[in-house]
Amino acid sequence: MRSLIDILELSTAEIDELIDVAKDIIADPKKYSEKCHGKTLATLFFEPSTRTRLSFEAAMYGLGGNVLGFASSDSSSAAKGESVADTVRVVSGYADIIAMRHPKEGAPLVASMHALVPIINAGDGGHNHPTQTLTDLLTISREKGRFNDLTIGLCGDLKFGRTVHSIIGAMSRYDNVKFVLISPEELKIPGYIKQDVLDKNNIEYVETRSLEDAIPELDILYMTRVQRERFFNEDDYIRLKDTYILNAKKLEKAKSDLSILHPLPRVNEIAVEVDSDPRACYFEQALNGKFIRMALILKLLGVE
Amino acid sequence: MIVSTIKDGVVLDHIHAGGAMMIYKALNLDKLECQVAIIKNADSVKMGKKDILKICEPIDINLDVLGYLDPGITVSIICDGKVVERKHLSLPEKVTDVIKCSNPRCITSVEQELPNIFKLTDRENRVYRCIYCESKYKNQGDIK
Repeated sequence: MRSLIDILELSTAEIDELIDVAKDIIADPKKYSEKCHGKTLATLFFEPSTRTRLSFEAAMYGLGGNVLGFASSDSSSAAKGESVADTVRVVSGYADIIAMRHPKEGAPLVASMHALVPIINAGDGGHNHPTQTLTDLLTISREKGRFNDLTIGLCGDLKFGRTVHSIIGAMSRYDNVKFVLISPEELKIPGYIKQDVLDKNNIEYVETRSLEDAIPELDILYMTRVQRERFFNEDDYIRLKDTYILNAKKLEKAKSDLSILHPLPRVNEIAVEVDSDPRACYFEQALNGKFIRMALILKLLGVE
Repeated sequence: MIVSTIKDGVVLDHIHAGGAMMIYKALNLDKLECQVAIIKNADSVKMGKKDILKICEPIDINLDVLGYLDPGITVSIICDGKVVERKHLSLPEKVTDVIKCSNPRCITSVEQELPNIFKLTDRENRVYRCIYCESKYKNQGDIK
């Protein structure tokens, strides 16, 4: 039995295989529509989420399976003080696979130590979000057709942004990838990502505060939201939330084949006028999330 | 100063000078009924100064705790006045319930019964990370 807690648990060959399956699902969804008939996915969301939870549910329905679960800790026994371990032991009896989101870092790992069915980490605090990274990789694959030879700009909250940490880890395994890390001083990428991932793998990167200066050289621009829920201090959030706003003017200097990604939800960091720009990929990215999760559910359940 | 040899027990030698009390607390030696000698700042050819702990009772020593705190320590098991076993320590790959994660976002901050497990991720720089949240452990002397 295998779970997915961290994207780096998957080899690049396994990621390629998942992407191939996802592309095949996109090409012929009907072929997969009964693959999980009789199987149940439990979505245990101890923290609110729209996209991730719904995409997991849509993925399981798309495979002909069933879904049960809860959408916030208030409506679960966690509100009564039940441990993660006890919750997943019980839910293991009701479901064949569990997708879990939790505000505390490491909760899905704890779940995987006690569950009798595969656990998928659907986001644990500011730590990991492997299925978002798989979504991002599928999007990059569909947009660029390659993972090598790319200059990737990561912009916004690079400190608490779990999607950013995961995609750096995943993309660091490919050749000739360069990162441009764009953030205010307070939200710079953590030192351990620089030392343990970027420096360790000899990955080229630069840190800058200016989106305007960075934008011309980028092949991919990955925008992130400054997340209110990651701040202990509301004043800090208000001060930093609108540091970067991508608009049509800033995109004038960008490459014509730039791909703009965003894990969504966005607040102000991408102006609505950008949505009609052909370089905006974030809504396709959200849709890709459903297909890659379908591929992942099939893999973890061992369904051919 | 003369501290007599022991008949049956354990000697922890080559403790960094000044480190004996930390080891004493970490191994809960204060709970023992037997004699325990804490020798501070003993002369050492190799180390200049060192600390030594002599425990006059055969006890099980948590080598992971010792290895984490001071991998240079030598553990000698004494039986009938003779050294029957000598153990040289190294940094353990994993330590359980030796140090505590201080990240307020870590699951261990709310689920107190979870074991605090840290993995050695960088031997050269003695970096241990929480297995749950991957935070680096910072305060070397802070025992759970």
